[in-house]
Amino acid sequence: MNRSSLPGIVYSLPGIAWLSFFFLIPYIIIIIYSFLTPGIYGGVTLPFSLESYTRMLTSPGYWELLWQTVWISVMATVICLGLSLPVAYYIATSKRKNLLLTLVVIPFWTNFLVRIFAWMLVLGRTGLVNSFLLWTGLIEQPLQLMYRPATVIVVIVYMYLPYMILPLYSSIEKFDFTLLEAGMDLGANRNEAILKVLIPSIKGGIIAGVILVFIPALGSYAIPDLVGGTEGAMLGNLIAKQLTVARNWPSSSAISMIFLLISTLGLLVYLRMNAIQARVRRFRVREDYMKEQEQ
Amino acid sequence: MKDYSVKLSGVTKVFEDEFTAVDKVFLSIEQGEFFSLLGPSGCGKTTILRMIAGFEEPTSGVIFLNGRDISKTPPHKREVNTIFQNYALFPHLTVFENIAFSLRLRKKAEREVKNEVGKMVELSRLFGQENKYPHQLSGGQKQRVAIARALVNKPSVLLLDEPLAALDAKLRQHMLVELDNIHDEVGITFIYVTHDQNEAMSISDHLAVMNEGKIVQKGDPIEVYESPRNAFVANFIGETNFFVGEVAKTEGEYLLLRTTAFGDIWCYMDREVAEGTRIEVSLRPEKVKISKSRPRGDHKLRLNILEGTVDETIYLGNHTKYTVQTRESYMKSFKQHARYLLDEEIIEWKDRVYLWWFADDSYLLQETGGARSDEQK
Ligand SMILES: Nc1ncnc2c1ncn2[C@@H]1O[C@H](COP(=O)(O)OP(=O)(O)OP(=O)(O)O)[C@@H](O)[C@H]1O
Ligand SMILES: [Mg+2]
Repeated sequence: MNRSSLPGIVYSLPGIAWLSFFFLIPYIIIIIYSFLTPGIYGGVTLPFSLESYTRMLTSPGYWELLWQTVWISVMATVICLGLSLPVAYYIATSKRKNLLLTLVVIPFWTNFLVRIFAWMLVLGRTGLVNSFLLWTGLIEQPLQLMYRPATVIVVIVYMYLPYMILPLYSSIEKFDFTLLEAGMDLGANRNEAILKVLIPSIKGGIIAGVILVFIPALGSYAIPDLVGGTEGAMLGNLIAKQLTVARNWPSSSAISMIFLLISTLGLLVYLRMNAIQARVRRFRVREDYMKEQEQ
Repeated sequence: MKDYSVKLSGVTKVFEDEFTAVDKVFLSIEQGEFFSLLGPSGCGKTTILRMIAGFEEPTSGVIFLNGRDISKTPPHKREVNTIFQNYALFPHLTVFENIAFSLRLRKKAEREVKNEVGKMVELSRLFGQENKYPHQLSGGQKQRVAIARALVNKPSVLLLDEPLAALDAKLRQHMLVELDNIHDEVGITFIYVTHDQNEAMSISDHLAVMNEGKIVQKGDPIEVYESPRNAFVANFIGETNFFVGEVAKTEGEYLLLRTTAFGDIWCYMDREVAEGTRIEVSLRPEKVKISKSRPRGDHKLRLNILEGTVDETIYLGNHTKYTVQTRESYMKSFKQHARYLLDEEIIEWKDRVYLWWFADDSYLLQETGGARSDEQK
């Protein structure tokens, strides 16, 4: 049979099947669960009800936690971006790219949880940082470095940094550096050239990096659970608590929906942004035309 | 002291790997002139431009712009703009915004931006392209955007790095004329880099021929073409025939050159040379006449006549390039066709022919060591 006569859909079938089984169907189950009534020993029973949602949306604790989750994720993403840009730039222009890239991904060779525990050893009351500061005499009492929102941010940044560096690296690597020179030639200093020429040219890489860090950060569970304590808790912890301690499956399903909402909103905004930009451009052209007519 | 537009004083560039790309270059480029840097690939042309623009720092030597030492000035503060070898248009900006880039950096009012960009669009004939993105443009249009973008800033010098290399021959001719017009219109100094001698010859006020990081010869195009300094220049600027030999005797303004490849040849002596010296002589092929019948000899005119067989003919419409084998060597002769199919003698491959030229038409090279007598073909 002629290969090229196979419609594209045939090739994408395995992928679609995979996504349906492991992503779409579970998600539909969660959506349905969120509208049901909790069973006595966990699980769900009929009838359908909006109870989970109304309870969630009227609880001030929930809103606070949502705010903290978004805030921690945004901070972590921004810090990741700020750290990764110079690193990716350096790697892309270095002669030892392969070595440096290997160094970036080496942490992946160690288990995720083990690396979180390592941070507990570093930041704990008797951890490395405190021992060192006590030894130098800068402090007399150990500092409380664990179980704060900042602790969660630090560890999220540490975990997801490579996901930001790699897409940035690959788009900077493709960037034509004479464009930077052209910018400087036309009167931009180095920073202006980077801001006005490099950044817009690697927009794709930045968006990819932001998505790859922000979305998983939003859904963090293990990190805030181990290093966040009560002060540094995130929505992921609440979902787990509802599921295991309170045994309220519909409630934890309803809370999960918020992630779907945020990601979808983000995607829509991104798509709209392009459309809006195009529209603004067209509008400007029209405006200019009208002005010329008046003169 | 006269203030030159651009002056290079003993500029040398040695890269980290100890490679000397530019070697003690002295250049004085006058205000408003069209100056070309001509040389084979890798001879250091781009490196010189990059040093003038400020992207490379000279290892030693000083660069002056309008009489001021700019060696320590960063690129964005130099009143010099560049047209890059690959144009380097900003892919994320429209044609309008590309041209407006430097105006926006200087926070010009919207009205002024429109006005200035409009002028450039007119100068470089880009009407109706303002809202396109670079990837939607043809090669020639990209070229024009690059010119407009570089000129909108009103630099005092425009650097052009092989701006026409990516265009096809026809468009290249066209853009060359256009560049010339733009140069006349804006009146600023143009420094033009190319390895195409025809481009450089046709458009420049002055040019410098480079080889291996050194300037070999500077002058106006006629000077460089008619009196090349050495075999490299003679060969690079157009095609040529070389004679290498010893001066057998001198007679008034003429000398007799004894060569192994072509026998004895009369040459005009445009500088003193002693009998017995080894010299090189260049003779442009268009000065060598070719005919089937033997021309009448004339000792007063010191006519040189050689006999040979046509080895190769390249018909180019308005003229033909002949390569003729004489004894062991080859000589080139170009013949213009004024009346080709009317009463002109048709010369074909393998024909026995005579090559002849006046002693006045050859030129003694000032430096020897470049040409080998067996290198004729
Ligand atoms: N950054 C660099 N490091 C080391 N060597 C370099 C560097 N840039 C250029 N060179 C070398 O310097 C020499 C001159 O380069 P340059 O780009 O000036 O040549 P060019 O005359 O512009 O050639 P072309 O006509 O091919 O553009 C070349 O041999 C090149 O390999
Ligand atoms: Mg070059």
